[in-house]
Amino acid sequence: MSQSASAVEPPPSKVRRTSFNEGTGRLAALLLSPTLIVLVLVVVYPIISALRESLYTSGGIGDDGFVVEGTQFVGLDNFAAIFSGETGERFWNAFYNTTFFTVTCVVLETLLGVLMALVMHKAFKGRSIVRASILVPWAIPTVVSALLWKWIFQADGVANAVLGTQVLWSTEGWQSVLSVIIADTWKTAPFIGLLVLAGLQTIPDEVYEAAKVDGASPWKTFTRITLPLVKPALLVAVLFRILDTLRIFDLPYVLVGPNKESVETLSILAFLEANQTRYGPAAAYATLLFVYVAVVAYAFVKLLGADVIGEARQTGKKAGRRKKGGA
Amino acid sequence: MRFERSHTRKAVALTVASSLVLFAAACGSGDDGSGGSGGSSGGALEGRGPIKFATGKDTSGNLKNQVDAWNAQHADEKVEITELPESADQQRNQMISNAQIKSTEFSVLNLDVVWTAEFAANRWITELPEDQFPDLGKLLPSTVETGKYRDKLYAVPVTSDGGLLYYRKDLLDKAGVKAPTTWAEMKDACAKVKALPEAKAASCYAGQFEKYEGLTVNFSEAINGAGGVVVGDDGKPNVDTPEALEGLNFLVDGFKSGEIPKAAITYQEEPGRRAFQEGNLIFHRNWPYVYALANKTDGSSKIAGKFGVAPLPGLKGPGVSTLGGHNYAISAFTPNKATAADFIKFMSSEERQKANVEKTSQAPTWASLYDDPELNKQFPYLAPLKASIGSAKSRPQVVKYGDVTTAIQEAAYGALNGTTPPKDALAGLQTKLSTLITQ
Amino acid sequence: MAGRIDVKAAEAPWYRRWLPLLGVGLIVLYCLLPFYWMIVSALRRPSDQFDNSIVPKVWSVDNFKDVFQAGTGFGRGLLNSLIVAGTVTILTLIVGMVAAYTLARLEFRFKNAVLAIIITTSMFPGISLVIPLKKLFSDIEWINTYQAMIVPSLSFALPLAVWNLTAFFRQMPRELEQAAMVDGCTPAQAFRKVILPLAAPGVFTTAIITFIAAWNEFLIAVSMVNRKDIQTANVVIAAFTGTSGRDQPFGSQMAAGVVVTIPLVIAVLIFQRRIVAGLTAGGVK
Repeated sequence: MSQSASAVEPPPSKVRRTSFNEGTGRLAALLLSPTLIVLVLVVVYPIISALRESLYTSGGIGDDGFVVEGTQFVGLDNFAAIFSGETGERFWNAFYNTTFFTVTCVVLETLLGVLMALVMHKAFKGRSIVRASILVPWAIPTVVSALLWKWIFQADGVANAVLGTQVLWSTEGWQSVLSVIIADTWKTAPFIGLLVLAGLQTIPDEVYEAAKVDGASPWKTFTRITLPLVKPALLVAVLFRILDTLRIFDLPYVLVGPNKESVETLSILAFLEANQTRYGPAAAYATLLFVYVAVVAYAFVKLLGADVIGEARQTGKKAGRRKKGGA
Repeated sequence: MRFERSHTRKAVALTVASSLVLFAAACGSGDDGSGGSGGSSGGALEGRGPIKFATGKDTSGNLKNQVDAWNAQHADEKVEITELPESADQQRNQMISNAQIKSTEFSVLNLDVVWTAEFAANRWITELPEDQFPDLGKLLPSTVETGKYRDKLYAVPVTSDGGLLYYRKDLLDKAGVKAPTTWAEMKDACAKVKALPEAKAASCYAGQFEKYEGLTVNFSEAINGAGGVVVGDDGKPNVDTPEALEGLNFLVDGFKSGEIPKAAITYQEEPGRRAFQEGNLIFHRNWPYVYALANKTDGSSKIAGKFGVAPLPGLKGPGVSTLGGHNYAISAFTPNKATAADFIKFMSSEERQKANVEKTSQAPTWASLYDDPELNKQFPYLAPLKASIGSAKSRPQVVKYGDVTTAIQEAAYGALNGTTPPKDALAGLQTKLSTLITQ
Repeated sequence: MAGRIDVKAAEAPWYRRWLPLLGVGLIVLYCLLPFYWMIVSALRRPSDQFDNSIVPKVWSVDNFKDVFQAGTGFGRGLLNSLIVAGTVTILTLIVGMVAAYTLARLEFRFKNAVLAIIITTSMFPGISLVIPLKKLFSDIEWINTYQAMIVPSLSFALPLAVWNLTAFFRQMPRELEQAAMVDGCTPAQAFRKVILPLAAPGVFTTAIITFIAAWNEFLIAVSMVNRKDIQTANVVIAAFTGTSGRDQPFGSQMAAGVVVTIPLVIAVLIFQRRIVAGLTAGGVK
């Protein structure tokens, strides 16, 4: 990621570098160090130790009935085991589920979130109530909302009462998948809504006024002005939703339950292995998921944003110019 | 530019160095102290001082009373309760992760009966010299077995649990049938009861059939109740037998014929209790806790005072319950093992167990308490419960219990929801268990 | 509901005015219905907990009383959640803004690499971080401390904060600071007086998201802290049980959920006022 990105970097920065003094690099390092130190301590270190763990195995039972102590280095055996036989089928099923949840949930959440943001941004009576209510799903602790949905989707719960059916939501099949999608979309669409709203609010009114003067239709205003200007915020929001949904765990686990083929995700597999104190294979699953997430994120940034931040710079300049023109 | 580069190099070097230190620390903490604190030795338990008792939530508030009673007598060896989350999974995870880092945070662990083997084999709990626990003989023998791993004692049972058959006494009386002792009798009784107009809409029977630990319990009861075994006394799995098949078919046929409602495939304890309390079930397998709740007259139960309790039925006679309950064990990493042992003795004593039953209605392990006339008056289900626990079977006492129960649930769930023929499910389970249990 | 849409569509002249309102109504319904169910469930008597009626047969605050009864430690839990989430939010904003502004405005090598590293840290499954982290915190004796909850939450919040704020700061025209510096402001002053007010919506949104995420964090809080007096509200809720241990106190869990959520929403409403205020202030300058 870093290599190709820095390969793209030189032309614009060369021009600008002149306006900054030589200490810039040092200053940047100084200013970035708090962030990096925290991340290294709390995330990078555990990641490294998990990566190391994935190459080891432990936990055989000796003749005396006790678990053999210590760990043995097994190279890539843990990874090879994941792809072989029944475990392999299970892995690919979880891989598919993870991908399916991510695509479906993120698309739905993005559509809903953008809609929410547009509604929140429009000035009308009772706006603060709308804003508050949109926040509610996001604000309810996952611990509680998973329980709430579990209750709603019980055999004798309110979902069945309202639908007048007796769907067994927690059994294998489309219904369990649907229940997870409903609950996840409900909970996290507000996240995208909030971030996009913030993006909308930084667009100067003058831009819209200028568009009005030009006689642009609402749709044209939306696609030509609003969307490009809000794109950086939207892309960051969607990107982080993708990262989160690829690691989805709580909802399928609590709502439907462990060992259910229809909703088993890669995070659940990693958890179940760790739960059986097989830390090596668990770390291997986690590592594979990590690689998958990284690949998806990289592809997303490359395909949709060129790079999210770079794009922001361009539109930012445009907005600035427009603003000056309008004022 | 040059400055910047040299700086970057320095930064990289620093990062690498610091991550190496962290790396080394990771390796160090993983490997050091491999001898443990002698958790496996059966020697004397030493060390006195304050200890911490890790347990699931104190549901009745009575645990605090019990511990207060101890603390009043032991000023220098005070016990502090550490409450863990409600979910059993979370409790186990917290205990294991503390053991992983050899934390001295927990001294006495309140373990589910199925965790004993795993905790013992991993040297997370200390072996208990049986001669230091003279009262073991006064506890129900089946419960003491759950505290053992490879014939050595690791934990002392303090509460027990056994399955009971709850039945609608009012309806059975009206239909002129007695509480069944076999599955066939239960079917007949159900048919007669359903002939009554008020019971038309009710289903016959339900236990816990969602894919979780409760399914392992119900599956084992069905197998054992038909004379089969999941894992034999020799410690070898032997589930692909005609007896086991008959047992499993009791449940599979029940689902097919509608005697067990379809929704029961989603039942854990609570949804089943709800269905029974709503009057939707004639027979219901559940734990003793249901008794008090279903008898509540505050409107939450439609069947208060209208139901009875019996031991579980089986194929040809009384059935076999699966044993539940909790055992207390001593963390291998606590320095104050002598205090911990005394505390366990205290908590498992007759006096404390009696106080606990009175307040919480949790099944005791002290055998004579079941014959206490006062208690029997307060808890009329004690007699059937004693029968249930007395003849109850433990779930497999194996180190990889988590894998074993998952395999059982997988097989049972597939058979119950009709995706796997029962015969194939059992054959598959036998193969799976054979690879998992190799002792 | 579908019928209503048809009616609106038929009355073309009203279309413009009513469609947004209808959208608003639908969104509010969508967001609040499950929450409504939560409130209603909390307000039932524990004895009709499993009722599916739209309003409780008999209203009762018993569940709320249960939540706050002595011994649950819920009040203390709320305070702890506030301490943890508040500290995390403040630290995330300070640390994150510095990093984001650096990334947005300074030109230096490895910038994209830094951005990549930062986001990479939120790609690892959270459940796999717990045990190594617990080992680490145990070694440095952080178990049962506030920082054992604050620092991980900080690190979970930083990637989004940095990326989001960077995007916002970049959108601010560079000419603004240059103009301010021409007027005699130092770069720091220019940032504080010119950029910050303009980026206020982004900053406040980041604050809200960070606060909510920290407030809702469970996995780390439950693993790193055993002591009741510093447990957060979420951990306390997870320890709720019924009278026997097998029955689930759904009502009091929902009541606790309501109690935990309402302050958040109120806090956000206050924040939102500030967002608007920040915007106008920026506009004037």
